Parts: sequence; structure tokens; C-alpha cells
Amino acid sequence: MTDPHALRRTPLTSVHERLGAMLTGFAGWLMPLRYGSETAEHNAVRTAAGLFDLSHMGEITVTGPQAAAALDYALVGQPSALAPGRARYTMICAPDGGIIDDLIVYRLSEDEFLVVANAANTPAVFQALADRAGEKDARVADRTADYALIALQGPHAERILAPLTDADLAGVKYYASYPATVAGTSVLLARTGYTGEDGFELFTPPEQAERVWDALSAAGAADGLVPAGLAARDTLRLEAGMPLYGHELGPDLTPFDAGLGRVVKLDKPGDFVGRAALAERAGAAPQRELVGLVGRSRRVPRHGYEVLWDEAACGKVTSGAPSPTLGKPIAMAYVTPGAALQARQSERDGEHDRLAVDVRGSAEPADLVPLPFYRRPA
Amino acid sequence: MTVPDELHYTREHEWVSIAGSTASIGITDHAQRALGDVVYVSLPAAGSKVTAGEPCGEVESTKSVSDIFAPVDGEVAEVNTEIEENPGLINDDPYGAGWLFKVTLPAGELTPGLLSAADYEEFIATEE
Repeated sequence: MTDPHALRRTPLTSVHERLGAMLTGFAGWLMPLRYGSETAEHNAVRTAAGLFDLSHMGEITVTGPQAAAALDYALVGQPSALAPGRARYTMICAPDGGIIDDLIVYRLSEDEFLVVANAANTPAVFQALADRAGEKDARVADRTADYALIALQGPHAERILAPLTDADLAGVKYYASYPATVAGTSVLLARTGYTGEDGFELFTPPEQAERVWDALSAAGAADGLVPAGLAARDTLRLEAGMPLYGHELGPDLTPFDAGLGRVVKLDKPGDFVGRAALAERAGAAPQRELVGLVGRSRRVPRHGYEVLWDEAACGKVTSGAPSPTLGKPIAMAYVTPGAALQARQSERDGEHDRLAVDVRGSAEPADLVPLPFYRRPA
Repeated sequence: MTVPDELHYTREHEWVSIAGSTASIGITDHAQRALGDVVYVSLPAAGSKVTAGEPCGEVESTKSVSDIFAPVDGEVAEVNTEIEENPGLINDDPYGAGWLFKVTLPAGELTPGLLSAADYEEFIATEE
């Protein structure tokens, strides 16, 4: 076991301890895995709301007159095209097109950007952004320690937050962010998330995090709000078909492999890191395809298990879990394009016994389905 | 976390309750807490022989899957079919309705190697 004393605590760790959470080491941080039943937490987010501590996520600011140009060169997207107050999902790639991390970039003002990175990748993203800014007039700073990040997610999120803030939430669009006051605290309020539900992410000063958390908890109690841990976050994002670095994304994969070629803006002006490799990849026949699987037995396909087509290996599971919403095991997997094609054809033909996952030596039949597994009701 | 005094335990986080020649077997409260919500259980078939220390089934939770190790030698007398339908009973009541299976012990068997409640609590403490 990792020594819990060697792990970084977030501004909210003592709150999780007070709540009796089971804590776990995650990317060097001591984080709540779950507070009670992770299935109940998952279901609360789908039907009411959940409160998450995401303070382990990395916050990197890029500021200065050439901040937009620096990011256009460093990332596969085009942050210069974002209006102030808007945000975009994007990626940072190596020169060979391999994914260093997936990111959300918020344009806070004309020359100020906030880049949110995965905890484990934050040092690598910071280093790459600093290197790539080069001689440009842009300052790159790792501000992770200056922010707590609290996510309020679920269909009741807006109604729970509204009485606590001066912001007109109905006017806050998806993937927009505003400076706002929540429970008397100045925060950056963003309508983003990783659960497949409506919701908000609040970047707060660390010393005010507990106050904001407690105010949200109290305000949401009557609306079914519960604290939710990393276990629920993982099953929520998996149902929503959202990729996770280290599973669906990694240095040996390009955005195109993950079915996310749309984030690569090959038509943006100027060069960017990875352009040549990604342009080539965009025009080439895919080597693999990211697909959704629904298990037909109750045994759960897990990360690394082999996918079988007519008993021969055709790919590997990247993430798998019992889906609380579907009541069945679900998984994402990379398979050969040939196997994906044949599996889709056999689904149409009503054949269900040719695609399987090797679950510890036993071929458990699975259906190939379109992603996501879950889409919130309109 | 509870560790009832009257039960025996293994280092695989199972409990054993011995009444005459029958041993009832389940996983401990500590184990169910560590696993999280149990979603699937595979148990040995009634009538099959199990050997102490060998895997004879599995418990699957949201995050992981773990082998069930037979804590004793013997023949499976009965399995808890209720938990196949409702595996959450293992979380709700690990020492009661969440029992896994019962084994008929061979005559004269002394079930060596099982831990007392105090020994098991000490074992958990050293493991953490």
C-alpha cells in the first residue's frame, strides 16, 4: 500500500475524513474513493445531484499578449478562436501525434487562459506548455495549489446552486465560465463536467473551499445532493462514453484513434506541435477503433482483458465496470476495424455469440453498441 | 467495522462459523468495505469438494474482482442462492444474510490455521 502520509491532501481532505470517506491514493493525492455505497452515489448524480472534490486536477494559467498564439502552437485545438468566457475540450500531443493529455481550456479574458489537466499529467503538461511558449510573450504558471475545484453535477445542480450565487445560471451556457460569487466567495464558475449530466465546476480559493462545500451540501440536502467519490466519477464518465487518460488515451494513441479527431484543428493557421504526424494520421486508414461493449453475462470486462471475435483476439478492453444505470457490465475497448465492422454486421443480423471478452479464461459474450452508453434526457 | 468474537477468520478476509460438522463461510465486514458494492458472486457448486487455501469462487465489485479461497477442506453442502440474485446482501449483512456457502467437514477435522477474532483484528491492523 502507498503510505497515506506521502500523499498530497486537498483543501477538502479533512471534510472527507469527517464524512467517513474511504480514501485512496490517486495520482499522488489522497482522494475520496467513496463515502458510502458508490452505486448510490452514482445514482444520486443521475437522478438528483452529487458533490465532488476535484482539487487534484491541475490548473495551469497561460497569460500575456501572446498567450493565445502560444496555446494555438502548443495544443491541437485553436484557443485563439474562443471568446472570453468560453471553454473547449482539447488535447496536447507529442510531435509524433501521441496524446500527452486531454484538457479543458478556459479563456478567462483576451490574454488569460486556464488549462485544466489530469492530476498525473500536470507536471508534463506544464513542462510542455512552458517549452512550447518559447520566446513568445506568454507566461505559463502551475497554479494547482492556488485552486480547490468542486464539481456539482446532476439534474438538480442548477436549482441547488441558484440561491447561493449572484450569477444568472440560466444564462451560463454549457462550456462557459464566469467569475461569480458563491456562498459569499469569489469563484470561477464553469458549466462543465465529466459525468454526462448538467452541472457546474467551481474553482475556489483553497482557504474558502470548505465553506463553499458546506454551503452547497446544506443547500442541496433536501434536493438529494450527496458527496460522491472517484469510484462513482469513473462509472459516470464511462456510461457517458468519456475517455480517461491511461485507459482510452495515452502516448501511443492519437486523438483519431480515440474517435476524437474533431479536436484536431488541422485547418487552423500556423504550425502546431504534432501537425505533420496528425495530418498524416487523419488521411490514413485507422489501425484501431474505440467501441462500446455491453456484456451479456454478469461478469465484468476489465481494463486489459482481451476482446475476442470468433474466439480469436481482436482487441483490448480499456475501461470496464458494472453500469448502475444499465444494470449490466459495460466496457470501452480498442478493436481492429475489421472486427468492429463484422461485429456491427452481426448485430444487425441478430447474431450475438461471436463477439466476447476473455474474462479470466472464460469467453463472456458481449454486444457492440454505439457510444455513449448513457445520454441524459433532453 | 465489526469482527464478531464467536467466528473464526482467515487472512483472505473470510469468516467461518462451525456448528457440529458444518462450516458456514462468508467474507468479513472489513472485506466488504474494501471491495465496495458487490455486483456478482460466483460460488462453488453444491456437492463439489473444496480444499483449504484454494480458490473456489469469486466476488466482483464495482472496482475489482477477488477470489474466494476455501478456508477449510470439505464438501459443499449448500450455497446461498439469495446472494446470486441480490449480491448487495454481502455489503448489507456480511455475517448474516450475506453468507456465501456451507461446507461439510471431514470427520475429525480440526480446521487448523483459522484465526480468532482478536488475531484477525491484529492482522487487519498490520495490513493497513
